[in-house]
Amino acid sequence: MSREVIIIGGGHNGLACAAYLARAGKQVTVLEASTRLGGLGATREFAPGFRASVAHTLPQLDKKLVDDLNLTRHRFTLAAENLPTVALGTDGRHIIVTPGGLEGASAKDSAAYAEYRRLLNRFASAVKPFWYKRPPRIDGGSRGDLLTLGQFAWNLRRLGKEDVREMMRMIALPARDLMDEFFDSPLLKGALSWDANVGSRLAPRSPNNAVIALLLRMSGDLTGGLPLPRGGVGGLTDALAESATAFGADLRTETRVEKVLVSNGRATGVRLVDGVELQAPVVVSNADPKTSFLDLVGAQHLDVQFTHRINRLRTGGMVAKLHLALDRLPDFSGLADPRGRLLLTRNMDSIENAFDAAKYGDFAPELPMEVLIPSLQDDSLAPAGKHVLSAQVQYAPYDLKTGWQNRRDEFLEACLASLASYAPDIRDCINATELLTPTDLETMFGARGGHWHQAEFAIDNWWVQRPTYGASQYRTPVTGFYLCGAGSHPGGGIMGAAGANAARAVMEEN
Amino acid sequence: MKGNQFDAIVIGAGHNGLTAGAYLARAGLRTLVVEKNDYIGGAAVSRELHAGWLYSNCSYVCSLLRQSIHRDLNLTKHGLMIVPYAGSTNFARNGDYIAEYPDPDMQYREYRRHSLRDADAMHRYEADLMRYARFIRHFLLRTPADPTSFRPRDIGEMLFMARKFADMGEEQVYEFIRFLTMSAGDFLDEYFENDLIKSMLAISSIIGTALGVYSPGTAYVLLHHVMGDVDGAVGAWGLARGGMGAISNAIAGALREFGGEIRTEAPVRRILVKNGKVLGVALENGEEIHADIVVSNLDPKRTFTRIMEKEDIPADLRKKAENFRIRGSSGKVNMALTGMPDFPSLPPGHELRKGSFQFLDSLERMERAYDDWKHGRWSEDPFIEMTQSSVWDPTLAAPGHYFVSCFIQYCPAEVEGGWTPEKRDAFGRTVIDQISRYSPNFRNLIAHMEVRTPFEIEQEVGLTEGNIFQGELTIDQLMFNRPFPGYSQYRGPVKGMYMCGSGTHPGGGVSSACGANSAREILRDLKRPNVVPEDDVDE
Repeated sequence: MSREVIIIGGGHNGLACAAYLARAGKQVTVLEASTRLGGLGATREFAPGFRASVAHTLPQLDKKLVDDLNLTRHRFTLAAENLPTVALGTDGRHIIVTPGGLEGASAKDSAAYAEYRRLLNRFASAVKPFWYKRPPRIDGGSRGDLLTLGQFAWNLRRLGKEDVREMMRMIALPARDLMDEFFDSPLLKGALSWDANVGSRLAPRSPNNAVIALLLRMSGDLTGGLPLPRGGVGGLTDALAESATAFGADLRTETRVEKVLVSNGRATGVRLVDGVELQAPVVVSNADPKTSFLDLVGAQHLDVQFTHRINRLRTGGMVAKLHLALDRLPDFSGLADPRGRLLLTRNMDSIENAFDAAKYGDFAPELPMEVLIPSLQDDSLAPAGKHVLSAQVQYAPYDLKTGWQNRRDEFLEACLASLASYAPDIRDCINATELLTPTDLETMFGARGGHWHQAEFAIDNWWVQRPTYGASQYRTPVTGFYLCGAGSHPGGGIMGAAGANAARAVMEEN
Repeated sequence: MKGNQFDAIVIGAGHNGLTAGAYLARAGLRTLVVEKNDYIGGAAVSRELHAGWLYSNCSYVCSLLRQSIHRDLNLTKHGLMIVPYAGSTNFARNGDYIAEYPDPDMQYREYRRHSLRDADAMHRYEADLMRYARFIRHFLLRTPADPTSFRPRDIGEMLFMARKFADMGEEQVYEFIRFLTMSAGDFLDEYFENDLIKSMLAISSIIGTALGVYSPGTAYVLLHHVMGDVDGAVGAWGLARGGMGAISNAIAGALREFGGEIRTEAPVRRILVKNGKVLGVALENGEEIHADIVVSNLDPKRTFTRIMEKEDIPADLRKKAENFRIRGSSGKVNMALTGMPDFPSLPPGHELRKGSFQFLDSLERMERAYDDWKHGRWSEDPFIEMTQSSVWDPTLAAPGHYFVSCFIQYCPAEVEGGWTPEKRDAFGRTVIDQISRYSPNFRNLIAHMEVRTPFEIEQEVGLTEGNIFQGELTIDQLMFNRPFPGYSQYRGPVKGMYMCGSGTHPGGGVSSACGANSAREILRDLKRPNVVPEDDVDE
């Protein structure tokens, strides 16, 4: 039976897409340029015996993906569920955010947090179904589109007048104002505003995107806690790969695609860098939109306006990834057990200031970050008794004015200094380090600009406009050519929704 | 009828309050406008702060004033004349400049001098912006729909909006939604490459706004400043002959002609409410004036946290008012000059010397000025729009003398230790120094200057934090969200209480639209025939 679908790129969305299509009986081939499947989710050995994945938790994971693709049968398990988030105070007094509520916060803040969660959970469940639906065309292209729009309106209506009105207003608030409206504690505000901006080119004072980002973070099972997969996020991507293979997909690594073959506005297959051509009536790209359209397809096959809209996507990443191989556990002042996600965000200004430096292509001396020590729950990641520290560090501008080459050490030093103000002995624990700047993420994983979301996740580039109209329904102006990456709806984060939605689109149309 | 009994009382004789009052009086209501100051006009005033010079010391230019209201209230007869002004220059530190000419061909050549690419992009940019402006203009004199309501009228308004969207065509709808939510910096970067050109265009995106050029949402503010017109020339700006006070005075003239009354030096302490219904107002001096209708032209925060009792309004509204985003970000320095400032970069006698001036050569400088504000400092390298009003309006100063109005950002409402006269003057000096870098003789021409930080503006005009728009123009406070969701149709929380200030739709600027829309809603509730123009557009 001849090949029906080629998927370019074996990131978690490409694998999810492949698995869904194979499950539906399609003949699928996945072509991954690097030596390893899983993209930014893959677990790698960064120092002898120490393993970590760039993405380090699964806040957005939805059980449906796990069940649909029998991932548990393919050895996907959680090392921990509902990890708490710990807002580290420089004075050793911390606030712990658990699914149940707050620990260490004032009674007033705790009460406010309950209301805050209630509202966000209501909004999140109202929009939740739409993360797993193809965005409609807003002029109601097909009956399906009208249906989606209708459902969307209906879901909002169901929230009731008061909450809808609150949503209409809150949706555009900067994280800073949102936090100020609810809470008193600067520490708590800093921590809760983190998720509203992490991975974007935005900070607590930036309007219009905070709540959308929070809702995307809550697209999973809404427990409020963080699941930690065994073997790092690679545990999930490996399971996705196994599942896809089990359904009959053909997965190839070290196979770099050079061009998508297009004749008369139709995709007919791909040409590899070694010149080999593979034919297929459907080509799906897990690569970012710029790479997909400008490099793989080529502007000559697209109209000028569309090319312009792809060109203008904002793709400069702002997050660096820090991996530390630790001989022993660092001692975080006032924290008996460093389990969970530790946020080094003492207040919103510390985040804003770091952003201000990055706006001008520099980085700040104090760097807010999200720290995880997964080896506490998962001994497969480090030699016995030793540990892995995994940190998402903001803001590390892709377009650093001086370039990253000669400033890596300076940045690493800033990271360690920031860590040391919470864990003074951190330096003595370090056995090996790995710093991945946005430039590294780009070269290692092919993610344009090293951007988490492949293209800025912002309300002007969201849902019916992601990555841009004309390509927001996974199909593209080139017949038979589809997108399935984070650059499409719903965006970044390890959830596989873009892959699943794209698979559905391919099946509906082929 | 007793002297203290009216049909309607309007609190605040700003231009919107006067407009609402004028229309209520015209509809036959016995109307009183009360004003705390000893002069009317609020932020649209002309005052002789220095003998021989007339100051437009708050608002200083005019474009948003709705033509249909101008015609309808016969403001020309009441002495209003809008003089278009043109030509503005943006100076770079290297001695070069970029100019804005009224003539499109000169404009093209000027852009081309800096970038051929940008000169060609200009037409695309202006066409796109103008398309959005023409869309928005449909809604300036309409009451926003309540999208959460099923009332036929709201559904009708939603359909009206849907139709206007449909007229744009699908592609433009996407572009427009995107435009509404993005930052001016990102928007401009998509058209232009030259920093001097970009910074000149970006100015309108931050005026009166506590955001930076790269903050999402500022693209709309850009639009807010081009959606007005002078005599139908959309996007053009003009001056009111005799200063901005001429607008307020003309509207007051109309109000009086219709039998309305104005009382100055009558500050309101509170709106009187009994069993969910307004009774009138109590003045600071204890005097009570009664009316079944009370309209507040104060900003929403002041209205609901200062002059209404906590127990008279729903708790959630009180909270909304406390959280209302109304931030001071701009200051003013108004000056009486004894001669025309010299800008050596411009050839002697060049027409641009008559225009307005800015001193910006990059978006980064604008963004850094915003960063200063974030940290509670006024910008050391501030953005300044300097308008030589008296060049276009000789009534403001004697021949050879000049009145110059400078609008400055950023200037915070609160500085460490609070504002003092010393700090205010220090702020004024940074402005003079900035201008002097480009105009050597400037300093020596100053006969008198008035420096106003947000603190002074709040104290005198009564705008919370000195915010010139009565509230940030961000999506959470626009259209059906302005001032708060559920209160966007000018009605307050108690029967007979209304809002008519810039804190309501369509927002800031000397437009008279808020006041007119508010009056229309009041007449609707009174089941009186509408005497207020609606939906005035070009077509």
